[in-house]
Amino acid sequence: MTEEFRTSKPIYRQIADRIIQQFVRGKIAPGEKLPSVREMAIQSGVNPNTIQRTYGELERMDVVETRRGQGTFMTEQIDRKKQLRIEIQREMIETFIQNMRGIGVEDKEITEAVEQFLAGKEPSEND
Amino acid sequence: MIELRNVTKEYGKRKALQDVSLQFEKGKIYGILGPNGSGKSTMMKMAAGLVFPSKGEVIVNGQPADRSIARDVAYLSSEGMVYPGLTVQQMIEFFAAQHKDFSLEKAEELIQFMSLERHKKVAKMSKGQQGRLKLLLVLSRKAPVLLLDEPFLGLDPMVRDTIVKGLVSFIDFGEQTVIITTHEITEIEPVLEEAVILDEGMVRARCHVEALREEEGLSVLQWLKRNYQ
Repeated sequence: MTEEFRTSKPIYRQIADRIIQQFVRGKIAPGEKLPSVREMAIQSGVNPNTIQRTYGELERMDVVETRRGQGTFMTEQIDRKKQLRIEIQREMIETFIQNMRGIGVEDKEITEAVEQFLAGKEPSEND
Repeated sequence: MIELRNVTKEYGKRKALQDVSLQFEKGKIYGILGPNGSGKSTMMKMAAGLVFPSKGEVIVNGQPADRSIARDVAYLSSEGMVYPGLTVQQMIEFFAAQHKDFSLEKAEELIQFMSLERHKKVAKMSKGQQGRLKLLLVLSRKAPVLLLDEPFLGLDPMVRDTIVKGLVSFIDFGEQTVIITTHEITEIEPVLEEAVILDEGMVRARCHVEALREEEGLSVLQWLKRNYQ
């Protein structure tokens, strides 16, 4: 089935995010050729113009490189991959912290809860 | 390009369209949404040159839409279109004989893509297979304008998905102007560039699909619902 998209972000950004995720997770290798615009549009069930924007955006971010007549390739720069990994981490942490604060957990409790979780313990009831 | 200029269509006392002005640019994909009786099909029939306005004008590629426009317009109608006694192959031959721009090569690719059986009669086909055949007949034409009136009507989600993939695979983006009327927005939304809501024969709202998400955080479906609150 064609994938579903969230409403809060433009589709071209969501596809760009997905490609970055796959790159960081190692599902797409550095220097690997990405599907053509049309192929990617068919796979994702979206308008090819959307993929064009996705690839344009990724190129601006130095995540992909378009070689004339050959196609679009993932960057081979390992430093860029490391940076992307840090950026994704930051975004995940930000979402997590916002959610925790949203349910009224103090920052100190958040750190404790994370440590406990990593140590394999159940969250304690402080109140 | 397709343009409706202050178009009104009356059927007796009932107004199917009331002073509608819309422009559809070359090479873009548009969705026309709205409840039954909102004037969607009437608008499509006008753009196909099959129905004429009571007032106003419909211009397709620079000329008033009449019967001769069928040359430039591939029209998928929600009713009829395929004949029960004919096979897939015979329907293709019939369409190829009627339209100069019909590509047998594209039709061959589409038979594969749509998993249709060449020698099966329309009468023996399921609704989903008939829906796929109708799309094959329209997408095989290299017409500058594609009008798809309710291509998803009565089809299950898997078939709708195949049809969306067929559209993305076979439309000549940037060249063919495509207008799709539908109730089933979810699958088709990522393919659309703009959407228009018709209601009681009038244009109620219009949007750019990606800008809607970017600026308002809404999907077309949510936007549609909001317009009816």
